[in-house]
Amino acid sequence: MPVEQITFWIFSAIMIASALRVITARNPVHSVLFLVLTFFTAAALWLLLEAEFLGIVLVLVYVGAVMVLFLFVVMMIDVNIAPLREGFVRFLPLGALVGIVMVAELVLIVGPRYFGSDRYEAPPSAPADYSNTEALGRLLYSEYLYQFEIAAFILLVSIIAAITLTMRKRPETTKYQTPGNQVRADRADRLRVVRMDSERRERP
Amino acid sequence: MIPLSHYLILGAVLFAISMAGVFINRKNVIILLMSIELMLLAVNMNFVAFSHFLGDLSGQIFVFFILTVAAAEAAIGLAILVVLFRNRGTINVADLDTMKG
Repeated sequence: MPVEQITFWIFSAIMIASALRVITARNPVHSVLFLVLTFFTAAALWLLLEAEFLGIVLVLVYVGAVMVLFLFVVMMIDVNIAPLREGFVRFLPLGALVGIVMVAELVLIVGPRYFGSDRYEAPPSAPADYSNTEALGRLLYSEYLYQFEIAAFILLVSIIAAITLTMRKRPETTKYQTPGNQVRADRADRLRVVRMDSERRERP
Repeated sequence: MIPLSHYLILGAVLFAISMAGVFINRKNVIILLMSIELMLLAVNMNFVAFSHFLGDLSGQIFVFFILTVAAAEAAIGLAILVVLFRNRGTINVADLDTMKG
């Protein structure tokens, strides 16, 4: 068996197992960690598909930023797990049934009959000096420039939305410094010179 | 070589798992958000596989944009979750029935 196939089977097995653990884990923190593992193996599979840039982006941006954000929120909100698990066993057969039916239907459509290796010839692997990043960059900054700018705008809007949602006004009792008043203060506001006679200590 | 159908079936299995996750974890908003992330990953898997086998880089550009939108969605979803927990003290979907008639 060539090394590509071994890699594919191992990584897809890990991916499916960890995806199953994401939806069945009791502790949400474990769920997030298994989601990280799923994304990591997906990145490896994308490397196998010669999508090097996206594989690295998935690890650096998605695992490194979005999943850490997830982990941060899950650990920050101290949530009682027990009531959230109710209905788990009740809906397990229904969920499994829907999942199995869906897989069966999709395999009928995207299975080897229409998308097998006889229909879609695997392309020859790219030469050693081919750069996936460079090709993507050329396409992104020429043909998809407007879409790229719209994506940047979406990110800006999401930043503003997230900050607006989570920012809260401090209660009235919080004390603030006003830098203007601090700077404007002079000696007369802070210091009072009192003239008084010196006192003599009584010796016992 | 690995045929295209293998990658497509892998994406289909991943999508079905996340769909079942929405069904069985219907009380927990965090797991629901994670299931949506898994669904997007399954779709991205199909895009990358087709991009490779058809020799067209546009599929990878699409994945790039999907990742952008998914990151924005996760950020706003988690912000809503934090506000929800701060105001109600729970993230149970069953408790969020204030607007129920």
